[in-house]
Amino acid sequence: MKRRSMVKTLVLAASIAAIGVPQAFAQEKTVKVGVLHSLSGTMAISETVLKDTVLMAFDEINAKGGVMGMKIEPVVVDPASNWPLFAEKARQLITQDKVAVVFGCWTSVSRKSVLPVFEELNSLLFYPVQYEGEEISRNVFYTGAAPNQQAIPAVEYLMSKDGGGAKRWFLLGTDYVYPRTTNKILRAFLKSKGVAEKDIEEIYTPFGHSDYQTIVANIKKFSAGGKTAVVSTINGDSNVPFYKELGNQGLKATDVPVVAFSVGEEELRGVDTKPLVGHLAAWNYFMSIKAPANDAFIKKWSAYAKAKNIPGHKDKPLTNDPMEATYIGVYMWKQAVEKAKSFDVEKVTAAMAGQTFPAPSGITSKMDEKNHHLHKAVFIGEVKADGQFNVVWKTQGPIKAQPWSPYIPGNDKKKDEPALMADKKP
Amino acid sequence: MFSGGRRAAAAIVAAALFIASGAARALDRDAVEKLAFGEGDERIAAIAALVAEGDAKAVELLKAFAAGDVQTSGKRVFIVRGEKAVDPFTGVESALPAERDDVVANNRLRAAIGDALAVLNLLSPEKSARLAAAKALAGVNDAAMYPLIEKALAKESDAEIRALLEMTAAGMQLNADSPDARLAAIRLLGRSSNPNSKTLLLGLASDADPDIRREARMSLEAVEKRLAWGEWLGLAFAGVSLGSILLLAALGLAITYGLMGVINMAHGELIMIGAYSAYVVQNLFRAWGIFDWYLVAAVPASFIAAGLVGMALERSVIRWLYGRPLETLLATWGLSLILIQAVRTVFGAQNVQVENPAFMSGGIQVLSNVVLPWSRIYIVLFAVAVLAAMWLLLAKTRLGLFIRGVTQNRAMASCVGVPTGRVDAWAFGLGSGIAGLAGCALSQLGNVGPDLGQGYIVDSFLVVVFGGVGQLAGTVYAALVLGFANKLLESWSGAVLAKIAVLVFIIIFIQRRPQGLFALRGRVAD
Repeated sequence: MKRRSMVKTLVLAASIAAIGVPQAFAQEKTVKVGVLHSLSGTMAISETVLKDTVLMAFDEINAKGGVMGMKIEPVVVDPASNWPLFAEKARQLITQDKVAVVFGCWTSVSRKSVLPVFEELNSLLFYPVQYEGEEISRNVFYTGAAPNQQAIPAVEYLMSKDGGGAKRWFLLGTDYVYPRTTNKILRAFLKSKGVAEKDIEEIYTPFGHSDYQTIVANIKKFSAGGKTAVVSTINGDSNVPFYKELGNQGLKATDVPVVAFSVGEEELRGVDTKPLVGHLAAWNYFMSIKAPANDAFIKKWSAYAKAKNIPGHKDKPLTNDPMEATYIGVYMWKQAVEKAKSFDVEKVTAAMAGQTFPAPSGITSKMDEKNHHLHKAVFIGEVKADGQFNVVWKTQGPIKAQPWSPYIPGNDKKKDEPALMADKKP
Repeated sequence: MFSGGRRAAAAIVAAALFIASGAARALDRDAVEKLAFGEGDERIAAIAALVAEGDAKAVELLKAFAAGDVQTSGKRVFIVRGEKAVDPFTGVESALPAERDDVVANNRLRAAIGDALAVLNLLSPEKSARLAAAKALAGVNDAAMYPLIEKALAKESDAEIRALLEMTAAGMQLNADSPDARLAAIRLLGRSSNPNSKTLLLGLASDADPDIRREARMSLEAVEKRLAWGEWLGLAFAGVSLGSILLLAALGLAITYGLMGVINMAHGELIMIGAYSAYVVQNLFRAWGIFDWYLVAAVPASFIAAGLVGMALERSVIRWLYGRPLETLLATWGLSLILIQAVRTVFGAQNVQVENPAFMSGGIQVLSNVVLPWSRIYIVLFAVAVLAAMWLLLAKTRLGLFIRGVTQNRAMASCVGVPTGRVDAWAFGLGSGIAGLAGCALSQLGNVGPDLGQGYIVDSFLVVVFGGVGQLAGTVYAALVLGFANKLLESWSGAVLAKIAVLVFIIIFIQRRPQGLFALRGRVAD
């Protein structure tokens, strides 16, 4: 009995080896990387294209030999605009798929929901969207803008003579952490500039809100009290009915300009932009920026969209700021891995400091040595009739991010770098 | 209203007076270059200089500039017309250079050009051009432009334009030297119903002169009172509009749930199918090049598509579950998930774009501070038409008679020879088809995605239950009441709180009055 079973085991082992070994030779070594973007639900309008951008960057890297000779194997999951599901999927990516890094999230509420997972399991997240700041995690690299790289310059522009010299402010947003925190910072900023409490109005709508009649009417009413600007932090597909209503009710940008922080080329795709000419958006990249790096980026994306038959983009390819931030993030991670010669989280994190990449926006993006945020140039664009943006203002060069906004009390005591593990555990 | 253009005003006045005398010079190359390559104030000055040219070419260049049609190539400035580059100085057409840059006009420049062109148009022989110009100048209060407005007033014979110009002139006199002129201007503005007048008067409500202050406050109150009418009208329309959407969404359910007693959790998905039908028809019509007409076919298509799906559901699943509400609820909920996933598989998880045809875009100005969007007006009318058609069908046709008969007393209807099974299928198909019509209407306002129906299923049930199950009239009233209540609360407490308040209100109402607004009386109620 014993002997027979041993023979059996041997035969089994040999056969496994016979099957397994050639396979191991045939298959190149790969590294798994997670992609965590909503492909359905209210945020799909913005996030789907980021998944495709990540995959495009992977294809490019793989075509050139991969990362440290290893091909990237993407693991794409769909958290479906459902915030708790983001945390579940993140845990699945890290523990089951054993991914080296995750690229993902758009809304701050999704980032906040996955943050404890990444910190607990000590894994890396690259977050590609502008956000409200007030956070530095050693497990996250923020390749989007902090408030001082988007919101504050936009408001300063609207206050300036060229921006129209706005005196009253209508802060309109979706009801969650990003708009609330951004508006808290803006309110403090406006007050520091001498704007009175009665000249600031703050309104929130639920996710997926689709009836903006009363809100547009309220903006009109509010604007009779003096030169008004609207600061919109509406996120997701609510932007389409909002801009439709704005256009239909004839609120012109020369009277009441609306500056948006989460509306780019992609969100305006389904909207008739002719009545919206002159409304603004503040970003760190626009498709219309003239730079050789941008031409190359747009060309690559157009070819990729056509090859992969991406709906919408195959006929009318569009690029936007979070796509650029995603692209920068993927390449910086690759560079950091190659510098560290390892996929180890600690080593890659250390190697990320000071990484640079020629960004499609035409500047050289640099990852800050300490605070996990990119140095970015700020652009303010006005909507054109064709849905693109005219850059009407820009910073001289890249600006360092201030994740802890100086306009929130108590932030001056916070360190501009992630807390160490030792600091966290009392 | 816009401060950027004011700087140019003095020069524009001079220019306009000059043009009136009929003289013209060549286009100033220096000003054109400043406009194309300069910054901020320099460009505003260039606009003033160009207007002062008094040249038709300058007007043409400014119009092209405001429309974003001016480009540069090296030091060359040209207007883009189709595939040609037009030289602004000579009017000569040439091929577009390969390397070219847009000349970017920002809001401030566009407003300045708008004002400048309006001023020039004030003396136009065309009445419509003068009217548009007078409207564009409402709220402009630069005293430097006063002589020009006076000149235009002296020539103007049309009463409507005169009234507009008088208001503008009064706005310009608000900061005049003589207190009498100021008081007169304030009183005149007090008769205005334009939000711009409110803006102007607000600036004087804390003036140093007590007389001015008092008068300004009185005028301000009068203007605000008039504006309040517009605000109420806008709010009422918003309520009607939301009510019409709720009505469309709930009408189908009033048949399937109200009359037939089927708790149809897949109702929202039938709405979604209607919206997707509109999307498909739109794409076909776009391919055929008659995009603006697609709604003509989209309305019946969405009715038929949703109706057929509804009938298929009824014949395959629901008919086995009549009289078992819990099982129906579960089964239809499952069906709704299947339908959502099916659409996701066919059309993708992302929203699809349904664009408005040209006649649904824009709005009509009814008061100075109220613009009613065409899309919403049409949907209100559409809801009324659907309601009327449904009433006719139920009250005047044989099928309607059968449906009423079967829902009131199935056994008796069957005894007298009504094919109850087939009538059930038709009735369910009718309810589903109306849900499809709602989807077609909703596609014109909001986003079309696989989850579209989820947002309306709760609202639809609320309307039907609130109105009284089995009562069509109740559904209509309930939709309007909920629409108004929602909009009223929203303008008062914000969208998030309004939604909560309406839900709380309905819970309390249903507890007090479970039969809804309108209760059935008599034997049917059993």
